[in-house]
Amino acid sequence: MRVMVPSALRSYTGAGEVDAEGDTLAALLDDLDRRYPGVRFRIVDEQDRIRRHIRFFVNGEQRFDLTLSVGPDDEIFIVQALSGG
Amino acid sequence: MPNVTLMIATRKGAWLFHGDQTRRSWRTGGPHFLGHEINHVVLDPRDGRTMVAAGKTGHLGPTLFRSTDRGATWKEAARPPAFSKQEGGRSVDHTFWLTPGHRDDPGAWYAGTSPQGLFRSEDGGDSWAPVSGFNDRPGASKAAGGSQDGTPDGPKLHSILVDPRDRRHLYLGMSGGGVHESTDEGATWRPLIQGLEVVGGLDPANIAFHDPHCIRLCPSQPDRLYQQNHCGIYRLDRPSEQWVRVGKAMPAEVGDIGFPMVVHPHDADRAWVFPMDGTDVWPRTCPGGTPAVYATRDGGDSWQRQSAGFPAGQVWWTVKRQSMTADRADTVGLYFGTTSGEVWASVDEGESWDCIVRHLPEIYAVEAATA
Repeated sequence: MRVMVPSALRSYTGAGEVDAEGDTLAALLDDLDRRYPGVRFRIVDEQDRIRRHIRFFVNGEQRFDLTLSVGPDDEIFIVQALSGG
Repeated sequence: MPNVTLMIATRKGAWLFHGDQTRRSWRTGGPHFLGHEINHVVLDPRDGRTMVAAGKTGHLGPTLFRSTDRGATWKEAARPPAFSKQEGGRSVDHTFWLTPGHRDDPGAWYAGTSPQGLFRSEDGGDSWAPVSGFNDRPGASKAAGGSQDGTPDGPKLHSILVDPRDRRHLYLGMSGGGVHESTDEGATWRPLIQGLEVVGGLDPANIAFHDPHCIRLCPSQPDRLYQQNHCGIYRLDRPSEQWVRVGKAMPAEVGDIGFPMVVHPHDADRAWVFPMDGTDVWPRTCPGGTPAVYATRDGGDSWQRQSAGFPAGQVWWTVKRQSMTADRADTVGLYFGTTSGEVWASVDEGESWDCIVRHLPEIYAVEAATA
């Protein structure tokens, strides 16, 4: 499925749009980490919590649960929620 | 005269400054990791080429970067420090402190994090594992002030010291939780807080009230340690376990509050501090707006002001705990970075100072590598 990644993660992916597979958001992240080693830990912490300034949107709707089921036709946006200066 | 490289960690990236033989002319390298909060950059003195940098950005999780060519190129660590996964478990916000291991323990590094945890690498900083003997020790949560372990900017595990005579002998400091010592390479730990004061009215027997800011071990006399604490400047001569508040000899109008502590690499009677204003609401700026280093030549029994070269007044920056250091030249060079992005240097052991860099982001750490 199509995954849009923020500029802060393009040092890993090399592109703003990549393909990845998985039947949940968690599985999708695991696949991203196989393709782009290290990227998962920048997005999700060691307790599997989404980091404070990261947001997931699935088909335009914000999602917070990594167990959410996703499919090949879904469009995933990973967004950096900027704050501070 | 040796060549010195300064490793400057800032809120917005890292810079390397390469000095010439006089230590008065500096060549700039960087920025590295522009936009990353870099808390520490350290060169491994055992091989003279491996560097590790601790970083994160405002929106991504923490990581470490490694260089094996003295900072020319960098690669992200394969497995950065992370706590063990468990129900309600902690997660590393940032790695704060890095210490290369003992010279007889090649590849070993230690890292201190916020929330306060101790981690060890055995492959030159590429992969890291929690030091369970510390992180999971009985009473760990209580010593850190509870499960939240949270001062507003995040408590720091810092000042990880390895006894140069014995790889099993370690010290560390917790900004919320005191000084701790291990004699079995981190398997077990015990507090080392006798003689340390805490904020008035609190119980010094409660280790959660102890706030060491920076602890240094004297390379020339490893049984001597100095400490800049939230509540004064201290010296400890082992095997004694009683810290002595040598900061009482500081001028009363300046006080003995500050963040950094620097020891002379060749003379254990000599050390330097950079006092800050610790009155009322704790401005943590230069006392009276007048910057000055204070030096001792007698183990802290007396202190001399060193301010030649600094502005005369209206100076309101300060120097964080990792931001002041010494090189290892015969006539020691001293360096510190400010919260306003300046680097100041002295090539005469603090007698006079020059600003060698301006306009960097807020400086978090300064280390000097002497080639």
